[in-house]
Amino acid sequence: MAATANSTATSATGELPKKIWATALMWLLVAVYGVPVLWFLLSAFKPAGELFSYPLTIFPKHPTIKGFTQAWTSFDVAHYFVNTLIVAVSATALTIVASAACGYALAKYTNWWIKGFAICILATTMLPGEVILAPLFLVVRDLGLYNSLAAVVVPSVITATGTFMFRQFFLTVPNDLLEAARIDGASELQTLFRIMLPLSRPIMLTLAIFSFQWRWNDYIWPLVVLNEPSKYTLQIGVATIVGAENVNWSVLLGASVLSMIPLVALYLVFQKYVMSADIGAGLKD
Amino acid sequence: MRRLWPQRRLNRYTAAPLALISINLLLLITFFVWPAVTGLLYSFTSYTGIGTAPYVGLDNYQRLLQDDAFYAALVRTLVFTAGVVPLTLFLSLSTAVLLVTNYSKGKSVARVIFFLPWLISPIIAGVIWRWMFGENFGLVNYLITSLGGSEVPWQSNANLSMLVVIVAAAWGGTAFNMLLFVAALKNVPTAYYEAASLDGAGGWAKFRHITLPAIAPTTFIVVLLSVLGSMKEYALIQAINGGGPGTANNLVVQYIYTKGFQRAQIGYASAASFVLMLILMVIALIQLALNRRKDS
Repeated sequence: MAATANSTATSATGELPKKIWATALMWLLVAVYGVPVLWFLLSAFKPAGELFSYPLTIFPKHPTIKGFTQAWTSFDVAHYFVNTLIVAVSATALTIVASAACGYALAKYTNWWIKGFAICILATTMLPGEVILAPLFLVVRDLGLYNSLAAVVVPSVITATGTFMFRQFFLTVPNDLLEAARIDGASELQTLFRIMLPLSRPIMLTLAIFSFQWRWNDYIWPLVVLNEPSKYTLQIGVATIVGAENVNWSVLLGASVLSMIPLVALYLVFQKYVMSADIGAGLKD
Repeated sequence: MRRLWPQRRLNRYTAAPLALISINLLLLITFFVWPAVTGLLYSFTSYTGIGTAPYVGLDNYQRLLQDDAFYAALVRTLVFTAGVVPLTLFLSLSTAVLLVTNYSKGKSVARVIFFLPWLISPIIAGVIWRWMFGENFGLVNYLITSLGGSEVPWQSNANLSMLVVIVAAAWGGTAFNMLLFVAALKNVPTAYYEAASLDGAGGWAKFRHITLPAIAPTTFIVVLLSVLGSMKEYALIQAINGGGPGTANNLVVQYIYTKGFQRAQIGYASAASFVLMLILMVIALIQLALNRRKDS
């Protein structure tokens, strides 16, 4: 089997079977990854009565968007959508500012306390939100943030992944550039905003997409700090439909598909920033 | 001038970086140091979230070590992890190799499909798999019965529902790790393969003796992240079957959540959290040690 990367085989005889095998295997895996989503999408366009009527058909016999409209209006998905958008956009903007500034400091200054701080940031990956769920909740409550969208946003602004993405990038920017700016009389912050940040645009976009995905798909933390249904994010909203005594599948399918649209659209536009992402530093939120 | 210069240097190179890290510093203290310290303190109390926090010493930890439900959740979490990690590793490496090799055709489409699950939240992924594996309405059972089999109890049998969760988790966890592997595979120098070809090495031999050693650091990271990630799984299983049937497949985070937020036993939940953190740290340290030994 053609399992070797970048292989430059010299013999022409072995080429064709290898190509067939590799292509067949790849498309088999494409089916494994694609079919669940495809079946889900097609089901979402079926009217409620058709969802469970045997024999099941691949394509809806009477395609309808009633599941979507019902989810959007009577199940408040529109409201959840807006809440999630507020959370994801504001958290992403703040994450980029905090990570870029901190990453720059970690890359370009060499004080002992900067180095210590870098280790502290790395250490946060050992303390994920799930592990300090209860005390973190108390902190947020004592700060008076309970049941507000800010409670979802603020604690998630600090991320080791984002900070180190920027740090790795700024390490590759020559120090000469920084020195030249200093000699020209630019202040440290001017140098960052005028010269360094514009250079780091690809990193900003990559982190923006990652951060948006983290916050859009977040579940347990919003669940803990949000109390009223009017504050719910999409994931909690969908989870409440799943958790109901009798699951309303028509609405559930509609709501789920709607909730996937923004990320899929974002990915299709910015694909290259995701696929070339230098996340080899090996951190994940 | 001589007095001004060091002064100015000091200002520039202390004030500027301090200002730059200030946001993260503040957040680190507020949302990591503070809860970590108070959490540790609360774990020695019977605090319920309101009123006083009576000190109970090691009582919470003692009760935890005698709680069968905690052990059951821990064992179930380990089973889940032992299932998910190898499967994720295999799938993400396979998809990455197929996306990098010159032999496969249609890579641009395949890449998007492979990556799709990353865009789908654990909750929605859970709904998708619940929809596929519904006992009397799912596609899978429909196909099985159409082919003459009998309905498989994907929801009411504890082991089968765990299997569905494992497959769903591997399906959802592939994309990110695949990305890491693709980057690593592209960085293997082609000269190695050319030299091996001249020596007459076959495709498998090249993969085994060149590719695998070259991507070993990435494999290590993938395994580490997958293990830590699966030990903390909550949303996905919640959406597929809520840790059911009954409480058969409750995982550790669900146990902590139930104790801490549904029963308001903050002290007890904090103790459970610290045990989980200890386990995560031990796992990470063991893996680091194994990795070191392999390197030397």
